[in-house]
Amino acid sequence: MNGVHDMGGMHGMGPVRAESNEPVFHERWEARVYVLTRAIGAWRKWNIDTGRFYIERIAPADYLRMSYYEKWYVRMVELLVKTGTVSREEVETGVPAPGSPKLTPPLRAEQVPAMALNRNIASSHEPAIRPRFKAGQRVRARNINPTGHTRLPRYARGKTGSIEIDHGVYNFPDTSADGRGPKRQHVYSVRFAARELWGDQASPRDSVHLDLWDDYLEHA
Amino acid sequence: MSVAVPDAAGASEQPQDHQHQLVPSDISLRVKSLESLLVEKGLVDPAALDALVDTYENHVGPRNGAKVVARAWTDAAYKKRLLADAASAIAELGFLSTQGEHMLALENTAKLHNVVVCTLCSCYPWPVLGLPPVWYKSSAYRSKAVIDPRGVLKEFGLELPEDVEVRVWDSTAELRYLVLPERPAGTEHMSEEALAGLVTRNSMIGVEKVKVPQAEGAR
Repeated sequence: MNGVHDMGGMHGMGPVRAESNEPVFHERWEARVYVLTRAIGAWRKWNIDTGRFYIERIAPADYLRMSYYEKWYVRMVELLVKTGTVSREEVETGVPAPGSPKLTPPLRAEQVPAMALNRNIASSHEPAIRPRFKAGQRVRARNINPTGHTRLPRYARGKTGSIEIDHGVYNFPDTSADGRGPKRQHVYSVRFAARELWGDQASPRDSVHLDLWDDYLEHA
Repeated sequence: MSVAVPDAAGASEQPQDHQHQLVPSDISLRVKSLESLLVEKGLVDPAALDALVDTYENHVGPRNGAKVVARAWTDAAYKKRLLADAASAIAELGFLSTQGEHMLALENTAKLHNVVVCTLCSCYPWPVLGLPPVWYKSSAYRSKAVIDPRGVLKEFGLELPEDVEVRVWDSTAELRYLVLPERPAGTEHMSEEALAGLVTRNSMIGVEKVKVPQAEGAR
């Protein structure tokens, strides 16, 4: 979707403010939102693409105003309710509905250290899935404007670049996010000259590399 | 949930991703209430939650990445492996499993400067750098890094000459990037462990160079 989350190239967002000696979490509730999201993730009731889409769906004004972990809180509640894991009433009261079964959490404390060090993204060498492009080829990012989830940023659409690396086969986010299936395909590192993206104001030597799926690309 | 907070005057001059004063004060209560619900229903194990907090506050962070960088600076064969297959080389130091894991190490040199961003969300190499700092997730960085990387680097105090190529990596897929910064001059005498102590998180994102502290350089 052409949401406010797709902010590459926007102006007016102010200076980058780095904080020295920044803590991992600024407040206790932020830590709890983060770890609740990770622990609930072990149920695999939604995938990473759906998770990202539910952040993007937050209304633009709220998206810009909310802190990072507040968006995570909203996402978790919406997905818990959507998947029927909890009801809206339970979220309001903080108490399980009468007669709710007591479940067994899939993530145990002893599994945590290994999980933290392994992102476990489904990717592999799958010779049956052929790449449509190879390194060195000129490609154009398609001019698509899907209303659902996509990982093709607006600033690259319609622009021409070159295939640098074939990263192998991954789930396709656009279909994976809304239940249409993983539609596994190759992902490439595509180099775009900064001037192709931004015109003459950009430095002639500079470039931006994006990781793009087969379905985002056409021969140029 | 909608947050009906009126736009404060002058809000546009503030970074917009981390304004706790605009967050409803009951957020911590709502999170507490949700946690209690999820524990009661048996959806999450409280001990696992505490273990997760401990892991990200105390065990996973940029010190891991710094060890990878220091090893690459002191062991040419390791550096070669890191640049060829970052996931496996990082796994050698015990920081992540190679299973389904995709990492790329980007070497900065005198003529090439790599910098990493995620314009669409906040993708970041958790196993080697921990959770991202607020500035990395901010609208300011995400919007500007791709259109004006040299301007962003200046904000971090790094001014690059025109003959240095700047390469921005937008983490749009599941690849994760670790910048291998340049080893600073004057560190030939230093041990791998001491070198790791010089490597900053920001240098592994690509917004800073690694510097030698005055006292070190004067030795």
